[in-house]
Amino acid sequence: MPALPLDDAGPYVAAAYLVFLGLLLVYLAIMATKLGRISREIDELSRIAERRAAAREEPRDREPV
Amino acid sequence: MVFGRGLRALSIASVVLLTSAFALVFFYAPNDADQGFVQKIFYLHVPVAIVALCGFVAGGVYGLRYLRSGDRAHDLRSYVAIHLSLIMAVAALVTGSIWAKASWGHWWVWEEPTLVSFLIVFLLYACYQPLRFSIEDPERQARYAAVFAVIAGAFVPLNFMAVRMAESLTHPRVLSTTGGAMPGDMRLTFLLSLAGMTCLFVTLCKYELASKHASMQLRALKRRLAGDDGLAPLQRSAAPQHL
Repeated sequence: MPALPLDDAGPYVAAAYLVFLGLLLVYLAIMATKLGRISREIDELSRIAERRAAAREEPRDREPV
Repeated sequence: MVFGRGLRALSIASVVLLTSAFALVFFYAPNDADQGFVQKIFYLHVPVAIVALCGFVAGGVYGLRYLRSGDRAHDLRSYVAIHLSLIMAVAALVTGSIWAKASWGHWWVWEEPTLVSFLIVFLLYACYQPLRFSIEDPERQARYAAVFAVIAGAFVPLNFMAVRMAESLTHPRVLSTTGGAMPGDMRLTFLLSLAGMTCLFVTLCKYELASKHASMQLRALKRRLAGDDGLAPLQRSAAPQHL
């Protein structure tokens, strides 16, 4: 086949590069969602650690007078 | 074990290399005498396909290392390499299809060995995730997946050589001594695209490894803090769940 003129070839070239960019963005979006989940789990762990620390300090507050 | 070491430098290198490569593609590399402007897809399609195939082989190498050492980190590396290579292979198939339509007038040519062999490799690796998912026991899952990765990884270069020896109908032989001699400016642009794509692949691999490792560590920490009662039972997954 003869070479496509620039006007006809442009959309194909743009589509190929946009497909690649789209795939990359979808992958990054999925990874960002997972990162969000990790962040929420870290929050949860911090709360558990705080509760534990508070529970450990409680008996010391109730020393006999 | 730290999987995310050097991630920042790699990310910057990927952005710089890919941006430079794409700038060269559109502002430096000349239009192909035969195909014209549409040949610009070559600088994306070929590096993506090469990186995908090398990633499959890397998955096999890590699978072999897992079988030799029993180190679950190698299983994780093998899984991530194959996972990302599959994504790259999808990109190679789609961009190749678009190029085929523009250049040959067809989205797909079943008589062309290069296209069909790449599709076979892709479909072979598409079985990897279901295989892992079908096995519940983590040890068996890792072992069977490693065996699959090694055998399929060995099939990739064999397949590549077979296609090289076969008679091509329409698909050009790019990296050959006879058919793929590129002028210097095209070669430079292609090599920079290949370097950028390789860097992107390594960056994404490290990114995913770091993310998966962080999830595993978090889960272990949660178990130590909250006990098994505070955790939902592990759901079956194709991905390795602990090291």
